[in-house]
Amino acid sequence: MGIPMKLMTVRSGISALAPVLLTGCAGAGVLDPQGPIGGAERLILYDSLGIMLAIVVPTMIATAAFAWWFRAGNTKAQYWPDWAYSGRLELIVWSIPILVIMFLGGVIWVGSHELDPYRPIASTAKPIEVQVVALDWKWLFIYPAENVATVNRLVVPAGVPIHFSITSASVMNGFFVPQLGSMMMAMNGMVTQLNLQADKPGSYYGQSSQFSGDGFSDMNFALQAVPPAQYSRWLTGVRGGGGTLDQTAYGMLLNQTLASPPAVFANVQPGLFDAIATRKLPDGSGPESGRGGKPQVSPGRPR
Amino acid sequence: MPLLGKLDWSAIPLDQPIPLIASAVVGAAITGTLLYAWAKGWWPYLWHEWITSVDHKRIGVMYVILAVVMLIRGFADALMMRSQQALAFHAPGYLPPEHYDQVFSAHGTIMIFFAAMPFVIGLMNFAVPLQLGVRDVAFPTLNSVGFWLTASGALLVNISLVIGEFARTGWLPYPPLSELKYSPGVGVDYYLWALQISGVGTLTAGINIVVTILKMRAPGMSYFRMPMFCWTSLGSCMLIVAAFPILTATLAMLILDRYLGFHFFTNDAGGNMMMFVNLIWAWGHPEVYILILPAFGIFSEVFATFSSKPLFGYRSMVAATFFIVIVSFLVWLHHFFTMGAGGDVNAFFGIATSVIAVGTGVKIYNWLFTMWGGRVRFDTPMLWALGFVFTFIVGGMTGVLLAVPPADFVLHNSMFLVAHFHNVIIGGVVFGAFAGYTYWFPKAFGFTLHEGWGKIGFWLTLIGFCVTFLAMYALGLDGMTRRLQHVDVDAWHPLILVSAAGTLISAAGAAAQIIQLVVSIRQRDRLRDETGDPWDGRSLEWATPSPPPAFNFAVLPNVEGEEAYWFIKQRAIETQRLGDEPDYEAIEMPRNSPTGFVCAFFASFMGFALIWHIWWMVALGFVGAYVTFVAFAWRDIVEYEIPAEEVARIDRARRASRLAWIAAHPEGRP
Repeated sequence: MGIPMKLMTVRSGISALAPVLLTGCAGAGVLDPQGPIGGAERLILYDSLGIMLAIVVPTMIATAAFAWWFRAGNTKAQYWPDWAYSGRLELIVWSIPILVIMFLGGVIWVGSHELDPYRPIASTAKPIEVQVVALDWKWLFIYPAENVATVNRLVVPAGVPIHFSITSASVMNGFFVPQLGSMMMAMNGMVTQLNLQADKPGSYYGQSSQFSGDGFSDMNFALQAVPPAQYSRWLTGVRGGGGTLDQTAYGMLLNQTLASPPAVFANVQPGLFDAIATRKLPDGSGPESGRGGKPQVSPGRPR
Repeated sequence: MPLLGKLDWSAIPLDQPIPLIASAVVGAAITGTLLYAWAKGWWPYLWHEWITSVDHKRIGVMYVILAVVMLIRGFADALMMRSQQALAFHAPGYLPPEHYDQVFSAHGTIMIFFAAMPFVIGLMNFAVPLQLGVRDVAFPTLNSVGFWLTASGALLVNISLVIGEFARTGWLPYPPLSELKYSPGVGVDYYLWALQISGVGTLTAGINIVVTILKMRAPGMSYFRMPMFCWTSLGSCMLIVAAFPILTATLAMLILDRYLGFHFFTNDAGGNMMMFVNLIWAWGHPEVYILILPAFGIFSEVFATFSSKPLFGYRSMVAATFFIVIVSFLVWLHHFFTMGAGGDVNAFFGIATSVIAVGTGVKIYNWLFTMWGGRVRFDTPMLWALGFVFTFIVGGMTGVLLAVPPADFVLHNSMFLVAHFHNVIIGGVVFGAFAGYTYWFPKAFGFTLHEGWGKIGFWLTLIGFCVTFLAMYALGLDGMTRRLQHVDVDAWHPLILVSAAGTLISAAGAAAQIIQLVVSIRQRDRLRDETGDPWDGRSLEWATPSPPPAFNFAVLPNVEGEEAYWFIKQRAIETQRLGDEPDYEAIEMPRNSPTGFVCAFFASFMGFALIWHIWWMVALGFVGAYVTFVAFAWRDIVEYEIPAEEVARIDRARRASRLAWIAAHPEGRP
């Protein structure tokens, strides 16, 4: 939290605010990463910020100093009413930002490739597959290898890479677990990919990052990273105590619901995710006013 | 088919007190103002001198009035959003989602299209012809049409408060959420037609200013003698001409989807929402520079004037401006690094985005060196300019940070992003607009604004802004995403409260600026500017009296170098006399025309009817607007003549006050 704090105090000059900001940042955000992707992204964030602060801070100090020293009332300051050009200064003025951006451009080029969300995480452990379907307004997680599924709750083994395949059954959403790193958009008729890993057991807050309608604010979930042995026990429990996710059950999920509680499915109809992603199954039904008390719909709706 | 299309009593939100009370207050205020004007007998004056005026100065002022009113409306939305998030902690708050979603969508739409855009276009309209030393813009009547169409769009957005609803999709209606299936209400239609109508107005304003700058400069005013504000206005309006048709086309495609069952962006039948996202940002990113470039121009004028020095590195500034103009079209993809483009694509657009910072960096340094060796006066416009440098450096830095794709992967759509773009739009565009407003106000009305209240307004706005958005940066780093109607994460709550407190400080700043205006009007005799040059200005607008006569210049000035007026003024001070009195001739000026107002009147009805599917009214509105144009084209007398004696009388008064000033200040400004 060191560098951004510097930025903030420089900015506001309100030191009273600093403790509040500090405690605020000690929460569960992107500055407290719990996996390799989030960690690398925080490093790039700090590096980029450091590179820029190296010129930003002197520029700010110079602005304040120039304005103050050359104030109209300062009789000691020189006055050059016609001085408006200096080739050398122009060279410096163009060079400083160009050099900084060239340096930063290198960071961008390397970082964009190293941290491409599609890039698998190097690990000795075999990644687990999770298929993510954004629904109105809940998340469906299908574990194809284990043939189980959950709603609004994601349990994964800690220390094992997770490969997500992401789509949406209705509107656009963003799959985002801040402490693990990169977010990825969920779009209808398309499959995007994301690789993340939780290093340590814990419960990490996940949410949608792309506004998707009236129930958007409750489209959050807990990603629970558990030790591998506990993960196996959890799978056994799910298989013993959930329903079947077939086309009928999936049809129910397509209706708009607010703040859906977590749920589990012991069985998943094979190929369900592909059928959703290739639009062989219907899309989310959208708002349904007057047909069963669904989320309120505005006036002016075609009848 | 029902006579009123989809419109019936259910469109009035009788169960929602907030919009009803708000619209009742606004309605009462408007009615009260209209009645007051009627009772005072001001209507003929308003009609002849303002509503039908084609004078670029009057139109500029009306643009700014529209912008200020909409700025207040948008700020009210902001207060509601901040207070809702502060109250809705493990609680529902007072705005249900379907209302809250409209509030943030309207906030963004209003602030960009109906506050920031009219503000900068108004200032360009007012100042560019004066700075160029000419009498009006290239197409004065079209200018009026453009303004009134913009006002028509603003009207439609505000009607949605009480009849129906506004979009619940965010200020850029991403499909498929904005498609009929997921947004069956009229909200998105209000958005679409309001922007299509005002978009025509913006495009005509852009064309007008580009043509004015390219074709209508005073004798001797070569391109490289133009004030920097004219250069940045040219850059901005060239971007309008290039980018706004993309917006119009994109929204037209969404309209076709929603009205005629097309499939440009739908989920089914081969539609693709990513096409919308690409297209809207192909307009949306240049739009950011459309807004900021005129602000850069204002700051360039302010830094030079209040440092009593020419702008440092003039040609370098021109180069940086057009560097920004070109590169601004090569960066749009940075708005969706998180949609799964590969490393090569993300890296290209990330680097292109950060390259823009070279242009802005050069500008910052040139402003810095403009102060070097100057005599810096801290009048209110200069305070806004200095405040801007600090806020914009931070906003630019966080912008470059978001241009680094791996950083964007965790900050996109977070409160950090929200803080960033407010940092550049408030710290850049709004501060620039306020600087321009304070700077040119005496030129427009003949008296300066009250300095004390202006400074209070500046400091409160700056502090409120810092508190609000620093807290938001921290929230974004803490993982909070944008557009949340309620928040149940404990760690975020303290900072949300800080942010809300910040908006209250900003509200006090806004109040101070309103008080400033009221106090200034009441004390206008004390604040009167007799000279026409209250700031010791350097460009030609300060050569005219305040307010300038309809024809601006009795004789078009002969420009002999950069900083045209500074040169004339120094020569007058050295020789202790003005140039010889010219032979005054009669001046022909364009006649006022109600075309713009009548056309926008019909366009408003057409837009409203399209939103509610009232097809007979659509036809009537369209025919009305078209006939207005045709009738205008038929008129025979397009100009009126100001007799030479009248020109001479006005200009002799100007010369007398200049001479008196020179006699009183033989050494120039103390």
